[in-house]
Amino acid sequence: MKMMIAKIAGLAIAAVIAVTGASYAAGGPKIKPKEVDWSFAGPFGTWDLGQLQRGFKVYQEVCASCHSIDLIAFRNLQEIGFSEAQVKAIAAEYEVTDGPNADGEMFERTAVPSDLIPGPYANAAEAAAVNNGAAPPDFSLLAKARAVERGFPTFVFDMFTLYAENGPDYIYSLLTGYKDAPEGKELPEGTHYNPYFIAGEAIAMGQPLYGDDVEYDDGTEATIEQQSKDVSAFMMWAAEPYLVERKQMGFKVIAFLLIFSILLYLTKKSVFRQLKSA
Amino acid sequence: MSGGHSEYVPGNGVSKWLDERLPLPRMVYDSFIAYPVPRNLNSWYTFGAILMVMLIVMILTGVTLAMNYAASTQLAFDSVEHIERNVNYGWLLRSIHANGASMFFIAVYIHMFRGMYYGSYKAPREVLWILGVLIFLLMMATAFMGYVLPWGQMSFWGATVITGFFSAIPLIGPGIQEWLLGGFAVDNATLNRFFSLHYLLPFMILGVVILHVWALHVTGQTNPTGVEVKNMKKETVPFTPFATIKDALAVALFFIFFSWFVFYLPDFLGHPDNYIKADPLKTPAHIVPEWYFLPFYAILRAITFNIGIPFTDIVLIDSKLGGVIAMFGSIAILVLLPWLDTSKVRSGSYRPLFKQFFWVFAFVCVMLGWLGAKPAEGSGLSGLLFSGDFAGNYVAYAQIFTAYYFAHFLIILPWLGKFEKPSKVPPSIADAVLGEKSGRSAAAQPAE
Amino acid sequence: MAGNKKPGAPEPTRRDFLYIATGAMGAVGAAGAAWPLVNQMAPDASTRALASIEVDVSAIEPGQAITVKWRGKPVFIRNRTEQEIAEANAVSEAELKDPVARNDNLAAADPATDVNRSAGEGKENWIVMIGSCTHLGCVPVGLAGDFGGWFCPCHGSHYDTAGRIRKGPAPENLLIPPFEFVSDETIKIG
Repeated sequence: MKMMIAKIAGLAIAAVIAVTGASYAAGGPKIKPKEVDWSFAGPFGTWDLGQLQRGFKVYQEVCASCHSIDLIAFRNLQEIGFSEAQVKAIAAEYEVTDGPNADGEMFERTAVPSDLIPGPYANAAEAAAVNNGAAPPDFSLLAKARAVERGFPTFVFDMFTLYAENGPDYIYSLLTGYKDAPEGKELPEGTHYNPYFIAGEAIAMGQPLYGDDVEYDDGTEATIEQQSKDVSAFMMWAAEPYLVERKQMGFKVIAFLLIFSILLYLTKKSVFRQLKSA
Repeated sequence: MSGGHSEYVPGNGVSKWLDERLPLPRMVYDSFIAYPVPRNLNSWYTFGAILMVMLIVMILTGVTLAMNYAASTQLAFDSVEHIERNVNYGWLLRSIHANGASMFFIAVYIHMFRGMYYGSYKAPREVLWILGVLIFLLMMATAFMGYVLPWGQMSFWGATVITGFFSAIPLIGPGIQEWLLGGFAVDNATLNRFFSLHYLLPFMILGVVILHVWALHVTGQTNPTGVEVKNMKKETVPFTPFATIKDALAVALFFIFFSWFVFYLPDFLGHPDNYIKADPLKTPAHIVPEWYFLPFYAILRAITFNIGIPFTDIVLIDSKLGGVIAMFGSIAILVLLPWLDTSKVRSGSYRPLFKQFFWVFAFVCVMLGWLGAKPAEGSGLSGLLFSGDFAGNYVAYAQIFTAYYFAHFLIILPWLGKFEKPSKVPPSIADAVLGEKSGRSAAAQPAE
Repeated sequence: MAGNKKPGAPEPTRRDFLYIATGAMGAVGAAGAAWPLVNQMAPDASTRALASIEVDVSAIEPGQAITVKWRGKPVFIRNRTEQEIAEANAVSEAELKDPVARNDNLAAADPATDVNRSAGEGKENWIVMIGSCTHLGCVPVGLAGDFGGWFCPCHGSHYDTAGRIRKGPAPENLLIPPFEFVSDETIKIG
């Protein structure tokens, strides 16, 4: 029995290694993304609301000129620490299309908290047309969609260390990873050199952050690293606003199941004791 | 249901009245309370109960998700995110459902390999085994169609590739594919019918599961020794409380493992590309199915050659059709397993050679899984043999392991039964259990 | 079961306690697991976010009305003329089928006077009502019926210019939702 368990365990590990390792091997950036110390990492991770608000500012003032964030409504911003009045004020800065009105025409009106944050382009085709054919991706889920595969054996450890910050790590690395192309490297026209880019080294987006692109309200120094980190955290929040709730519930559920299992184990022992005494 | 006589005694007037009209309480009593199970079942026999619970978990979360999901190419992706973000506990339901599919397959694979190790498929349990294979097939179909519903990039392109199998059928293939898709490509019609079938199939699984349990209760359970129960009193215990409490413990422990993924690693088993909305004009760099399909995907892609009449140009089966036949064959062959294994000894515990081959087979399945995730690159077996093309020749490895997979069933098992010399099988469960208690007899260790 | 221990042993009590504790915890777990399945059917966050709306009424001239959608139902907002107000005021309480204001912004027993039906002192010209007939939920038609107010075409209920039921099967006056003027031009409903 013990040997069988050992064998099965070995096999299971081999299976996971083989399967996941392989599926992550293809493609991917040239260099592994940098690992950032995130407040929301690990089983007890929580948001740093100040960071999320700073990140929102970077998004609003820099990224939003090209990137939409379609799944986030203004009201969601209350979750990152803005008051109801602040959210209302933020929404009031935007115009959204509504309608049709009684005359059958679409009209512009001031946004309200229940509206989704409007993007810079009317549709994907316009976004592509304005940007040399490469539509800037929507930000709502990018922190999950750009989870760079970690390869063997790292991802096996990830299962135990609960590393799941591939997405924000990648975004941070990309934003801070722009460099001059190495000597003799030919880049396709209209692209920029970034060794962290998930699909090769030539990325269509030019370097977006240089430092001091925004002025933080809380006095934090707006270095390129700080801004990149803040906007990456904000994007992780946008991709999974319920992340903290999920982890907190997980702790409760697993604690409950552990205690329940111990009780079941004792009950089982007690039941099977009847068998032995028979 | 259990075939034997019933020990149910109605407790009061009402249950007596019901018992004479619809003996449902009697059936439950006989099947889940008094039903005798061998007293030497080990922990690997709890996976049946785990699977039953998982099926219920999947149906419950699935029905509730369907209340909030919109099956339309315009809405599906956003409606899934609506579930995640806006619906009360929607993220929880979806994480349980998505990770639950993986857990379901982990449990079913352990359940199947347990059956293979202990020879649970042998007479008189062939029908029980075949019903199990049918459940597995239905599970695969359900899981595949479920993966299409979020309408991400992997959903769309996975569906495109898998439905492409049908175009391999000679003459009528392309017509069948169009009929399946309801169009010329995966589109709204496809999504809608997949949703309908994804909702229907689990209830068909439930139906076959009832037959599976019925068949189990007719023949009685096997046990690690593979020896049939001879003395009901000495060798069996009633299902309740013995099996019930053990199964409950197993389910709780399995749920801890399950929760680890649901709450802390919800996307670990999925593919990041599925968080990008399906785009029919842009294929992802590397299409991979969910991990539980990888071995079969490897077998599909291993057939890179046409099969025809040697020394002529006549092709009987082209590589595409060959791959599809091999893939479906790898599952269909399980149906024949009870007759391919010719050994008189049921449990692998007393078959020293079989045991070795069992683990080799398990290893081959794992390797096929690994290859299923690798790109189908390399010059294949011929390149390996004639030009020494070893490095990265995944096609060649897949061909070798695929050949072994089929050889295990078609050559090794029939041959083993004739030539293997089994070790001494205990005359009865009672002997094995008693031996285990005294800790002397090696043959009495049920699992090994 | 064959669990007969030596008489007098403390085992049975301990065992009973263990069984009860395990069973109770299982029941708690099952209830906890059932809750998300039940609660997911309650209104979701995006629906709740629309539980209150703000409406700009600056463009509604006397004698005009708009219909807005609030919580999935039509809400009539009417800027009444002097004549309509006067007609409504002229009705005595005895003539009313439903003497209660049915105004969520007032106490439940307040009488259905015209001012109680309107937006209040100084804003008597404004009337805000849920456009759903109190009979079976059809949408009444404006400026119609025997009393110049609203008329429900489904079963012939007549409402007056203050939205009070005067004739027909409907039991109650048209309901007035919770609302307030957040500024002279904007009404917040809900």
